[in-house]
Amino acid sequence: MNIYVLMKRTFDTEEKITISGGQINEDGAEFIINPYDEYAIEEAIQVRDAQGGEVTVVSVGNEETEKQLRTALAMGADKAVLINTEDDLEYGDQFTTAKILSEYLKDKDADLIIAGNVAIDGGSGQVGPRVAELLNIPYVTTITKLDITGSNATVVRDVEGDSEVIETTLPLLVTAQQGLNEPRYPSLPGIMKAKKKPLDELELDDLDLEEDDVEAKTKTIEIYLPPKKEAGKVLEGELADQVKELVNLLHTEAKVV
Amino acid sequence: MARKIIVLGEVRDGSLRNVSFEAVAAAKTASEGGEVVGVLIGDSVNALSGELIHYGADRVITVENEKLKQYTPDGYSQALMAVIDAESPEGLIFGHTSLGKDLAPKVAAKLNSGLISDVTGLEIAGGNLVFTRPIYSGKAFEKKIVTDGLVFATIRPNNISPLEKDESRTGEASSLSVDIKDLRTIIKEVVRKASEGVDLSEAKVIIAGGRGVKSEEGFEPLNELAKVLNGAVGASRGACDADYCDYSLQIGQTGKVVTPDLYIACGISGAIQHLAGMSNSKVIVAINKDPEANIFKVADYGIVGDLFEVVPLLTEEFRKILVNA
Repeated sequence: MNIYVLMKRTFDTEEKITISGGQINEDGAEFIINPYDEYAIEEAIQVRDAQGGEVTVVSVGNEETEKQLRTALAMGADKAVLINTEDDLEYGDQFTTAKILSEYLKDKDADLIIAGNVAIDGGSGQVGPRVAELLNIPYVTTITKLDITGSNATVVRDVEGDSEVIETTLPLLVTAQQGLNEPRYPSLPGIMKAKKKPLDELELDDLDLEEDDVEAKTKTIEIYLPPKKEAGKVLEGELADQVKELVNLLHTEAKVV
Repeated sequence: MARKIIVLGEVRDGSLRNVSFEAVAAAKTASEGGEVVGVLIGDSVNALSGELIHYGADRVITVENEKLKQYTPDGYSQALMAVIDAESPEGLIFGHTSLGKDLAPKVAAKLNSGLISDVTGLEIAGGNLVFTRPIYSGKAFEKKIVTDGLVFATIRPNNISPLEKDESRTGEASSLSVDIKDLRTIIKEVVRKASEGVDLSEAKVIIAGGRGVKSEEGFEPLNELAKVLNGAVGASRGACDADYCDYSLQIGQTGKVVTPDLYIACGISGAIQHLAGMSNSKVIVAINKDPEANIFKVADYGIVGDLFEVVPLLTEEFRKILVNA
């Protein structure tokens, strides 16, 4: 089984977001593997362990992304590939990323591609389905269960709380939803081994792509923080009176009920 | 610049979802005086055309086919591409729902187009059509424009107001016959577990429970309150991790990002990841035993107390005023 994982490096969920010079301030911020991509990596490792084969984790990013790719290797992935766009691209959108990934994947004969269903920074959730379409393979998003027998797959998909049981075939792309598995922490021997595992670095040139081929279709013109919320009113008095007051406030002052 | 915008109307349990009316309103803005064309896809959707027109669509095209009874990306994209080929629109707007999130990127890739996902607002500013969307799960916002190709967006439910329903509005309803073939994903079974009632992403009222609910049964008073307020029940990661509820209820940076009119947080401490998922709600109520809990910092109203005492009292009080109303 030839398995690929699409991974993104993102801000740690603990981080407060600040803005400087119109951009999200990255100084001193901790970065992590996008949490949904951790499920993808874990699932890939489990499928490989059950079926044999190889897991390659791919990321479009910059030099810094090496750290998260090493973490994926330490979890148990076999190979990592960094497609470094730092020198070539000033601004990319989901069209850009999907195009780059599909160019990379098009001759890899992947049986299974797993991605996170969404990245917690940009929050678009586009790249998985876009890559599947560009590779002309079926996809299932927001999955919570994956069973593979031969070239058939049975997948459970989370649809706004309901579950769909879907039958499909390999090659297949799926995107991971929370609940799919419990991602492992890298073990100490895993971390040692990861240092020796292959981590290839590619640029657009290596994929025969020109900047024009991947030029973004959309552009961010402004980034801003939401207005800071004022701390509200903590009610006082007998509990029953507080509840009456609250209901009254919601009904007459806030008018939301 | 006047545009022809296609809106995908979404049908659930035989009715149009609210987000579809919101999408029509968004399309009206994006069309800049052009045309809004509603599209309905399914096995039996013709009867719903009129309603989409009452909410502002200029005309509606339906694609009916037995193979479109359930949503699949292959089936729906074939139907939609046939409409796009026939209409050559300048833009497309879907709801940012489970279906919209699944389908829109595929269609965008087919059309070699950009896509602005999860839009919470749009306006014409400085001659541009500018979309606003949350990033970092609502910790920040960005404004985006389309620089090349189609105007394509998915809109988050509950953020863009639908136009007033006008039953005297008329428009042409036509149907397009499309041959649907080679569905590569087949839905064998649908297991309904959560959404008995109101969907979390579209709910006007959300009652959310955290570790403080202590058990699966601990959600019962929250369910009761949700029923009275016609709301949905959500949860913090803590409650999901502790197996008190299903992950599909999780609100936060991993999980759902919600913006209801009223968010009642019960026994939720207010970790930054949870706040990211709900702090843009219109009114927030916090109920927590710990007066130092972080959740009080974003709450409009707070009650320091045991949720198992407070929530049933609240349910009772709301029942009273709603009966009188």
